[in-house]
Amino acid sequence: MVEWTDFERATIQDIFSKMDYEVVGPAALSRCLVVYPWTQRYFGNFGNLYNAAAIMGNPNVAKHGTIILHGLDRGVKNMDNMKEIYAELSVLHSEKLHVDPDNFKLLSDCLTIVVAAQLGKAFTGEVQAAFQKFMAVVVSSLGRQYH
Amino acid sequence: MTTLSAKDKEVVKAFWAKVSGKGEQIGTDAVARMLTVYPQTKTYFSHWKDQSPSSPSVRKHGITVMAGVGDAVTKIDDLKGGLLSLSELHAFTLRVDPANFKILSHNIMVVMAIMFPKDFTPEVHVAMDKFLAAVSLALAEKYR
Repeated sequence: MVEWTDFERATIQDIFSKMDYEVVGPAALSRCLVVYPWTQRYFGNFGNLYNAAAIMGNPNVAKHGTIILHGLDRGVKNMDNMKEIYAELSVLHSEKLHVDPDNFKLLSDCLTIVVAAQLGKAFTGEVQAAFQKFMAVVVSSLGRQYH
Repeated sequence: MTTLSAKDKEVVKAFWAKVSGKGEQIGTDAVARMLTVYPQTKTYFSHWKDQSPSSPSVRKHGITVMAGVGDAVTKIDDLKGGLLSLSELHAFTLRVDPANFKILSHNIMVVMAIMFPKDFTPEVHVAMDKFLAAVSLALAEKYR
C-alpha cells in the first residue's frame, strides 16, 4: 500500500484541479513524440508525425493526450487504490496495445516538464517530489499486469 | 543515441547563449531539487554539514556543475576529449554511479522548463536531452 503524506495528497489534488487537461495532455504527449521519437511506433495510424510542427498540430495526438490526462484523473481520485484502478488499463496496454512499459516513464518525464513550465516557481522541489511519486505509482500500476 | 547532429549542436548553443546568464541559478536549483526529489543522491554529500536546498554547499556545487555544463557546450564537437580530466575525476575520485548523471540531467531540464517556459520548446528539449546524455557518457568514459 502506498503511504501518502497530507502534503502529497493536497499537492496532487491541487495540481490536477487547476490543470486544463485539454492543454496539458496534448502538450505532454506531443512533447514525448518529439523528444523520444521511437514512441511514435504506437501511433502509426495517427497521420502526419513527420516533424515537430506536424506532431504539435496533429488533432489525433491532441485528442489522445486529453484521453491520457483523464486516465491520470482516475488515479488522482483514487490515490489509495491505484493498483486496482489501473488493473484494466494495464491489461489493455499489455495485451491489446503492446506498449513497452518503459514508455510510461518517458511520457511521465515529459508531463513533469510540461507541469513545471506551467507552474513555474510554484513547482518547488517538494511539489516536484510529490508529483513524481504520484507518477511513479501510476507507471508502476500500469506495468503490473504485464506477463 | 549520442551522436549530436549539426542541428542539435546549433540548438544547444543558441539556447545556452540565452540561459547561461542564469547558469548559477539553474545549477543551484537543479542540485537542490535532485537532493529533495531523489534523496538517495544525498549519500554523495555526507561530508556537507548542511544538505538543505538553501545551503551554501548546494549553491557552490550547483555553480560548479553548471560551469562544467557551460564548458561542455564549448567542447560540443569533442565531448570525450574535452571532458577527459572531468571523467577521470568522476571515475577515480568521486566515483559517482553514472545512473545519477541521468537524474541530475532531468532536474537541470526541469529547472530550464520552469525558468524559460517559452524557450524550452520540444525541439530545444530533445536537443538538450541528447546533449546532456552525451555529456553524461563522456563523463563515464574513464570508469572502466
